[in-house]
Amino acid sequence: MQDLLYFSQQLINGLTIGSTYALIAIGYTMVYGIIGMINFAHGEIYMIGAYTALIAITGLASLGVVWLPLILIVALVCAMIVSSSMGWAVERVAYRPVRGRHRLIPLISAIGMSIFLQNYVHLAQGSRNIGFPALIDGGFTFGSDGAFQMSLSYMQITIFITTLICMTALSLFIARSRTGRACRAVSQDLGMANLLGIDTNRIISATFVIGAALAAVAGLLLGMYYGSVDPLFGFIAGLKAFTAAVLGGIGSIPGAMLGGLILGVSESMTSGYLSGEYKDVVSFGLLILILLFKPTGLLGKPEVEKI
Amino acid sequence: MAALNFKHALFCAFITLLISYPILGFNLEAKGINVTIVGADTTTILGVLLAAVVVFLFQLFRDQIMGRVGDLRSLTAGKPKEPMAENRRAKIESWVLTGIVVLALFWPFFMSRGAVDLATLVLIYIMLALGLNVVVGLAGLLDLGYVAFYAVGAYTFALLSQYLGVSFWVALPIGALLAAAFGLVLGFPVLRLRGDYLAIVTLGFGEIIRILLNNWTTLTGGPNGIGGIPDPTLFGMEFGRRVKEEGNTSFHETFGIAYSGEHKVIFLYLIALVLAVFTALVIRRFMRMPVGRAWEALREDEIAARSLGLSRTAVKLSAFTIGAFFAGFAGTVFASKQGFISPESFVFLESAIILAIVVLGGMGSQIGVVLAAIAVTILPELAREFSEYRMLIFGAAMVLMMVWRPQGLMPMRRIHIELKKQE
Repeated sequence: MQDLLYFSQQLINGLTIGSTYALIAIGYTMVYGIIGMINFAHGEIYMIGAYTALIAITGLASLGVVWLPLILIVALVCAMIVSSSMGWAVERVAYRPVRGRHRLIPLISAIGMSIFLQNYVHLAQGSRNIGFPALIDGGFTFGSDGAFQMSLSYMQITIFITTLICMTALSLFIARSRTGRACRAVSQDLGMANLLGIDTNRIISATFVIGAALAAVAGLLLGMYYGSVDPLFGFIAGLKAFTAAVLGGIGSIPGAMLGGLILGVSESMTSGYLSGEYKDVVSFGLLILILLFKPTGLLGKPEVEKI
Repeated sequence: MAALNFKHALFCAFITLLISYPILGFNLEAKGINVTIVGADTTTILGVLLAAVVVFLFQLFRDQIMGRVGDLRSLTAGKPKEPMAENRRAKIESWVLTGIVVLALFWPFFMSRGAVDLATLVLIYIMLALGLNVVVGLAGLLDLGYVAFYAVGAYTFALLSQYLGVSFWVALPIGALLAAAFGLVLGFPVLRLRGDYLAIVTLGFGEIIRILLNNWTTLTGGPNGIGGIPDPTLFGMEFGRRVKEEGNTSFHETFGIAYSGEHKVIFLYLIALVLAVFTALVIRRFMRMPVGRAWEALREDEIAARSLGLSRTAVKLSAFTIGAFFAGFAGTVFASKQGFISPESFVFLESAIILAIVVLGGMGSQIGVVLAAIAVTILPELAREFSEYRMLIFGAAMVLMMVWRPQGLMPMRRIHIELKKQE
């Protein structure tokens, strides 16, 4: 019984982290699916989302607003607006001018952008980590007193529900809306979509904006869950999310969701049963193994190299 | 058209405000456990507004401005010069380079200790950048975990000296070879991957090495690092005031001169100089050898190169291993210069700086990379008040270089032979 409780605790923790990884991973996978580049600065956009949310929460608190749902919704909207503007601007400044050149060039440009954004926030807000107020307290506990107790906090439930809403909304958007249809067309064949009268530049911008908005949601959720933010906060999370995207098959949206969950669970199992220090080693090791043995990921399509 | 431009310009200015005002205009301050928010001072806010106005005006008059810039470029470019004859150019180049090396040999004796120390660091970066240049510039493999090989070299020397009492000169080849072996072992499975996947995998590998160094406390001392790494000796002569190891003599007693701390610094500088020149010469040779041509061929067109019978794995692996070898070299020198190493020195940022040097200098061009290494290391020291903006400027410079001049400041000139015209 004890072991089962401990196991399910790790499972819940893993699923919580994993679902936020999935939110970030969608940004990577959508951009890769459409223009075939790794948006290295995506982790930084997520970090900026977390910072904006924290600024909005602190600002509202100093104005005397105490009603929790209002605070959360305002913070979420602010973070999404600022992050998506950032995503739009990054694509416009750093990626559009180099689109279609040799593969390394957009990648180096993206790394430069990532370093730039990290230091932009570092200079503006300082390098120390800043505490994120725990707005959602409490939770359920299972198990008897004196022994191991499994806990499921309201925060974790909030994360599950928010992620679920975002994923459903995104799936509906991609499947049903006009822009979503255009997105799918562009990811299948950019040149052909262009010929058929789709404004591909606008669709690419839209992809960056959607990815950034989802990253901002993840920023708010993870900021509250971990309880602090710092300018380097985005780098590792970005790598993890990229791993999740590759694991599920880069370019595939359901793959990103699945990959995020698998990665989160395997990480929390490592820290639960081995050691917390090695959880990053496990996720990078997983990434390397997948790329070596199944580069298309779990749900990805094999890429045919055309001459 | 004008109305469209105006709308677009207004939108861009608005976005500029959106991405800069919330982050720059409100500062979070932690007071105990509470976080408060403080509005920024008026100069920052004026700066943000100014930026928005600049973006607005630029977007509004974009066509005119870009037209002007284009005119300027065509004016300054002038007529393309007739290139110098190949043998003459090579002769001038070799004379100039020899002159610079000779100057660099005698230069430290007239400079302050701090300047020589900084110059040693510059030389270490030159070695690293030249090594990475083989991997990224010549072979076209984006390696984001290059710092891992640097760490392998540094830790090899530190551990060997701590546990076995091995001296610098024995550890130097061992460190370099071990780093090369790491490169070989990692490269073998990884090099089948496509460019961008390779970048991520090498990044992950670099992080794994760093995490292992940080957590394997019994061997590496974890975050506390390893101290007391010995200085290099000159034929058994030590540079300290007192001889530490039995059998050694001290440098100042042998030559009957007064002890000075500068001897050691200058000696290290000279070692670094010799190794950097060695690195440059070896890589220069490689570039002219068939394997060097194969690197470039594979970078330019993989399918064509393979159909001409080049083995993709062997060619890529050779570039990766040689790059790692020189990183190991640089790592050993670094460990000996610092006397203390910890995982802090081998973070991803270091890889990014070396990559920035290669990109700024011009991928593949040795002279460009050397100049960029000097500039990137010395400029932040000269402008100390701007040193906190260093990484911000690096990031921006990498993006701007890729957009405007992806070949780098001093692009590589292909070594080629022209057929003589028939009289």
